[in-house]
Amino acid sequence: MKAKFFVTGWFNVRQELSKERRKIIGWASFLLPILIWCTVSYVPFVWHPEVLVEKVGDVDYFQEGMRIDKAIYLEELANMKQQGKKAPQGEPANPIYLPAPHEVAKAFYNAFTTPPAQKDGLWMHQSLWQSIQVIFWGFVISSLIGVPLGVLCGTYSLFARLFEPFIEFFRYLPAPAFGALMVAILGIYDGPKIAIIVIGTFFQQVLVISNTTRKLDYSLIEAAMTLGTSKWKLLTNVVIPGILPSLYVDMRILLGWAWTYLIVAELIGTSSGITLYITQQARYQHFENVYAAIFIIGFIGLGTDLILAWLGRRMFRWDKPANKE
Amino acid sequence: MTNKNSIPNYLDQSVEVKARFEKLKNRDVILEVKNLTKVYKTNKGETTALKNVSFKTHKREFVCIIGPSGCGKSTLARVLAGLEGYSGGEVLLDGKPIEGPGRDRGMVFQGYTLFPWRTVKQNVMFGLEMNGMGVNQAGPEAELWLELVGLEKFANAYPHELSGGMKQRVAIARALVNQPRILLMDEPFGALDAQTRSKMQAHLLEIWRNIDITVVFITHDLDEAIFLADRILVLKAHPGEVMELIEVPVPRPRQLSQINSPEFLATKARLEALIHPHEEQESTEEPIQQRMIRFVNVADNVE
Ligand SMILES: Nc1ncnc2c1ncn2[C@@H]1O[C@H](COP(=O)(O)OP(=O)(O)OP(=O)(O)O)[C@@H](O)[C@H]1O
Ligand SMILES: [Mg+2]
Repeated sequence: MKAKFFVTGWFNVRQELSKERRKIIGWASFLLPILIWCTVSYVPFVWHPEVLVEKVGDVDYFQEGMRIDKAIYLEELANMKQQGKKAPQGEPANPIYLPAPHEVAKAFYNAFTTPPAQKDGLWMHQSLWQSIQVIFWGFVISSLIGVPLGVLCGTYSLFARLFEPFIEFFRYLPAPAFGALMVAILGIYDGPKIAIIVIGTFFQQVLVISNTTRKLDYSLIEAAMTLGTSKWKLLTNVVIPGILPSLYVDMRILLGWAWTYLIVAELIGTSSGITLYITQQARYQHFENVYAAIFIIGFIGLGTDLILAWLGRRMFRWDKPANKE
Repeated sequence: MTNKNSIPNYLDQSVEVKARFEKLKNRDVILEVKNLTKVYKTNKGETTALKNVSFKTHKREFVCIIGPSGCGKSTLARVLAGLEGYSGGEVLLDGKPIEGPGRDRGMVFQGYTLFPWRTVKQNVMFGLEMNGMGVNQAGPEAELWLELVGLEKFANAYPHELSGGMKQRVAIARALVNQPRILLMDEPFGALDAQTRSKMQAHLLEIWRNIDITVVFITHDLDEAIFLADRILVLKAHPGEVMELIEVPVPRPRQLSQINSPEFLATKARLEALIHPHEEQESTEEPIQQRMIRFVNVADNVE
């Protein structure tokens, strides 16, 4: 009985599930939210606080295709019946800002197949490409300074004492607050946007990486010292190789954070990229397009992360998995 | 306790053993510790880990350091390795004071401390690379030492794929490849099971016989100390002080069967008297207070 529990249990602490189960759970993690969304969208008695007017009847201010509050609709319906006039007809509906899954799916498809409505408008993938470039450069610039500085702070107390207090202070300043300043310095195009991403990422990056560096088992450093390793070589031959897998995981998480600064960053100066696309679509109340654009950011993020995770497993074969397989 | 009449005095040495010790003491002194004192300063106050510790070790000697928990054995090893500073006295290696860690003193830790990102072979190569040898040259050299510890088949395995005993053998090879003057070992076999442990002991003696190395071996296992050592440095706790430097009268080469020989038993009796002096004098340490509550049914007796 007990043995069976160990093999088949779903709740064993820090133990990996079987391959099939991992697959099932992986799908469920996406299917569950989609299922909830479908329920809310397609089951008429779940939520649906409004009514989509199909026939106006004799209500003078109703229009075909209009969404109206359910209470008002019912009131007018009762009114018309009482007065013996033609009653309006309508279907229960959700607010405009919650399109149904199939509408978003269609928008998704259209975004890549139909040219933009405005003459000088951009295709969705063009907008995306702009955004990806902003993220990329922001993250690269931040990492070029942040990673070495973080490792140095984690290795040498001198650097930690010198930089960390100020960085600790600076990281509480909200990055978007520097928007106007950055526009003044770097102009209105990609410069200030990249700068916001750098500001948003860099300070966290230094602190996270210095912390990771400090977690390296000190006895490894002692062992290296008894083998005649010089101070400089300790950094390059023990500290850096020792922290690489954790550093890699940190970078994946930090890249995710960089994406969260994207929307604010792109509103600075002249709006651009996926943000411009989203704000424009929202202005015309094409909320299905808005959702499609938001989701595609998610897909790109998840996709990169999966690829990076896979690469990480290949690169760091020596690193034991966190969970028992 | 064994019958006292059948056990000779541990100070009685056979002719061969006596001659061996004469020869040993005529060799150069490699390590000299004079009045070593080490005080740890912490927030809660000062702990004297070592007080006036003095001893000499000769070239190619095998010294064991033994003592109760907390007597400063690890502290002594770390001071010798240069990983820890000291508060007073002198520590001389070949007549020169020790300043910081160096390749002339190899160390094997209880916790293995292999570099997880390096394969077994790369771990052994580490010391050579750090001292300026190219990878092409270090590779074959490392293989030689891996062979010595019998792990040539695992050259390309990563440390997490090895058993405890294998890890410790890699650690030994890694320390030896640098050809240190002294090999410091801090309870290296403490985490191993009895069988692996005795295999490792025999193996270590074999290595020691074949290469020019002086071993300082820390343990709290009396049998292990007697089996391995030429001389045993016995420390007492609070503060850590030398009680006696015992010359082990058990002849070499050592075999497992000697564990019941009179010399072995005599030495063990002496060590026991030094370390657990419950019969001669009352212990300074408080006994562990036990107030047993019965957790099983009254009828459920196991004895
Ligand atoms: N880093 C430290 N800071 C403060 N006190 C320490 C430190 N390291 C050791 N001590 C103290 O020094 C004394 C000796 O410790 P040490 O680790 O050398 O003992 P040990 O003989 O190796 O014990 P064990 O057999 O349990 O390993 C102990 O009382 C311990 O509390
Ligand atoms: Mg110890």
